[in-house]
Amino acid sequence: MSATQTRSAEGAAAAGGEHRSRGPAGPDAGYNFGYLDENTKRMIRRALLKAVAIPGHQVPFGSREMPLPYGWGTGGIQVTAAVIGPDDTLKVIDQGADDTTNAVSIRRFFARVTGVETTERTAEATIIQTRHRIPETPLHEGQVLVYQVPMPEPLFRLEPSVTETRRMHALADYSLMHVKLYEDIVRHGHIATSYNYPVMVNGRYLMSPSPIPAFDNPKMHRMPALQLFGAGREKRIYAVPPWTEVRSLDFEDHPFEPVRADAACALCGSRESYLDEVVTDDRGGRMFVCSDTDYCHTRQARREAAE
Amino acid sequence: MSATLTAGFADPALDAQRCFRAVLEAMARPGRVQRIAAGPEAPPPLGPAAATVLLTLADADTPVWLDAGPQAAAWLRFHAGCPIVAAPGEAGFALACGAPPPLHDLAPGSEEEPQRSATLILQVAFLAEEGGWRLTGPGIEHEHRLRVDGAPPGFAADWAGNRALFPRGIDLILCAGDRLAALPRTTRLEIG
Repeated sequence: MSATQTRSAEGAAAAGGEHRSRGPAGPDAGYNFGYLDENTKRMIRRALLKAVAIPGHQVPFGSREMPLPYGWGTGGIQVTAAVIGPDDTLKVIDQGADDTTNAVSIRRFFARVTGVETTERTAEATIIQTRHRIPETPLHEGQVLVYQVPMPEPLFRLEPSVTETRRMHALADYSLMHVKLYEDIVRHGHIATSYNYPVMVNGRYLMSPSPIPAFDNPKMHRMPALQLFGAGREKRIYAVPPWTEVRSLDFEDHPFEPVRADAACALCGSRESYLDEVVTDDRGGRMFVCSDTDYCHTRQARREAAE
Repeated sequence: MSATLTAGFADPALDAQRCFRAVLEAMARPGRVQRIAAGPEAPPPLGPAAATVLLTLADADTPVWLDAGPQAAAWLRFHAGCPIVAAPGEAGFALACGAPPPLHDLAPGSEEEPQRSATLILQVAFLAEEGGWRLTGPGIEHEHRLRVDGAPPGFAADWAGNRALFPRGIDLILCAGDRLAALPRTTRLEIG
């Protein structure tokens, strides 16, 4: 499967207004449903249940070799494979976009090994696997958001030893992280973390939200959907149940402030969504567009319909 | 033992997936009652929900303790391949059809590895989403109500003790016929 072919085929389908597609005549008979064997799924499922019961705590699991390298979302894929069923509708985004290589190949992978319906519409999906964004459209009960996580340990840049960080989590000793944020303020005048901004879950566990922009952090707080996190290389699973308190770390005199480019989307005009800066030529030309392609397309379609 | 073994899952991959989603949903939204579509023919006193949950989650890696008698144990050992242990404290999953062992007899995990705790599967007479216990905590927007008929006496106090152990603690899956609900260790329980 060539990535370019996939991309153009999917792109054409999207341009034609076709947002839903079914897997090629049911799942591939050569694989177990969802690719993973049943023993592996059971092991991941047990880890997921414990992760949900202990919000924000990292549960180790036996991460498997997947047909794509670590760093391409193997953790998220294994979580999705353990959760997904034939009645699900899957959406996959990579930095908010449905049509980039990673998103397209993961979507095709699941269409092939499960035969489930896939979609680009946030509201229609029951499972959304994401790399580094939370969709702009608010999620609802009954949806599951699966994050691909490169580094699950929020303290790893401050304390390299897993034995030590595990003890810190056990004692809820997160002073290292507070000192780091304080040093940021002393040096830069503000907290210089614009993505992967650490959060406290249910007032107990410090958690890495995966490298989503800090702009997305407030969406995690009391989200109606279930949030599951999978780190394949680091072999950790963690979760945030629905309606759970998720606070970005801050100080009373330096409250958490999500960052957003001060511009409107060049395509749909949104002043609320998270924007990507796109370089358009080699003479300094640039534009800002929505990072969430489904949100942007929906707004453009609505505007065209109104005209 | 003379009885023939009854069947397990008809379609192991899809039956287990459906049941897991129900359990995941139950654990993520404590007190919401889920239904199990079609369970395997488990020997009594194993109900359809409890039997399906065990077949979905138990295998050679999870020691199981149960009070359901030799026939149920043989059925489970054959279909799930799980070791059956005599002491509740050694179990990853404990299945109680009658009076459950006290929660503090089950493995609560450690402060560093709270995930290594037991899950108690408790069969009760009836589950419904109105009246009864008042539940709050993660997974619950305001409060959920859960009526449990046949919960062991003094359970609320036992549960409060379990909750105080957080992050250690037992997670509970309640099963009644083809219905199930779950209480993760984070759920606060008030009576009435």
